[in-house]
Amino acid sequence: MIFVTTGTQEPFDRLIKAMDEIACSLQETEVVAQVAASEFQPKNMAAHKFLPPKEFNELFNKADLIVSHAGMGTIISALVKQKPIVVLPRLAKFSEHRNDHQLATARAFEKLEYVHAAYSLEELRVKLQQLTLKEPGELHRIGQYASKELINSLQNFIVS
Amino acid sequence: MKVLAIASAGGHWIQLLRLMPAFEQHEIIFASTRQSFSETVSSYKFYAVPDANRWNKFKLIYMGAAISRLVLAVKPDIVVTTGAAPGLMGLLAGKLFGAKTIWVDSIANVEKLSLSGRLALLFADRTYTQWEGLATPKVHYHGNVLS
Repeated sequence: MIFVTTGTQEPFDRLIKAMDEIACSLQETEVVAQVAASEFQPKNMAAHKFLPPKEFNELFNKADLIVSHAGMGTIISALVKQKPIVVLPRLAKFSEHRNDHQLATARAFEKLEYVHAAYSLEELRVKLQQLTLKEPGELHRIGQYASKELINSLQNFIVS
Repeated sequence: MKVLAIASAGGHWIQLLRLMPAFEQHEIIFASTRQSFSETVSSYKFYAVPDANRWNKFKLIYMGAAISRLVLAVKPDIVVTTGAAPGLMGLLAGKLFGAKTIWVDSIANVEKLSLSGRLALLFADRTYTQWEGLATPKVHYHGNVLS
């Protein structure tokens, strides 16, 4: 199952529309989406506007692959739960975000091999076809907390 | 020590929770923009604060007043935030009321500090980036919220 999430802030119709088309071509793979404030009504995938945290987590845990915007909340959750993730950065030119920082986030995390990134809808389609043909491999595991170095630095600064 | 840990809903909040071991030996009070988050930190005191961004000046003033009241009531020794605007306001109020203030810029900001982070840098006692390339003598880098 592929779980699509746009985060909860702004609509991200470009991703939802593209995933609705892709869902049609991905036979035997169920696609479920949390669409938040999106105006678009998907036809080929199950869509939920807002999901309570419990149901959101159930879908996230059940998914074989996550598709989302390049938001840190979703990326960190995917890393903690060891879910392969494909991110499509929100772009300012489509009024999807105030600036293009998600583009830089996607590039940096892709370089670290923490995420798969798609920078166009065509690339998203190709990546998803490749990833659903085989078991998408694990990307990177992280623990529950920040790096020891950052924790230590904060601890020392607090008592200094 | 009393630590007020504040962040907006979403990625900022998730990053704040990953810093928890740094504060555990102190009294922690959490604040975020969604009441339901109290469940994720159920053994701690939690306050919901209004959200705002720089595009809505009226909401920004309302949020600033609410957060200043919170800081005045809590009287923290430390205010720490991972962003965004409500965290900046918490830091500013903390600074005015004598707390030590810490800004941890979101790991989402790869190429430059966020606008809020650049503002925090003007007055915060400590500013962290999570990317080595953004470190300067005033912007500290000591790893990131991942591990």
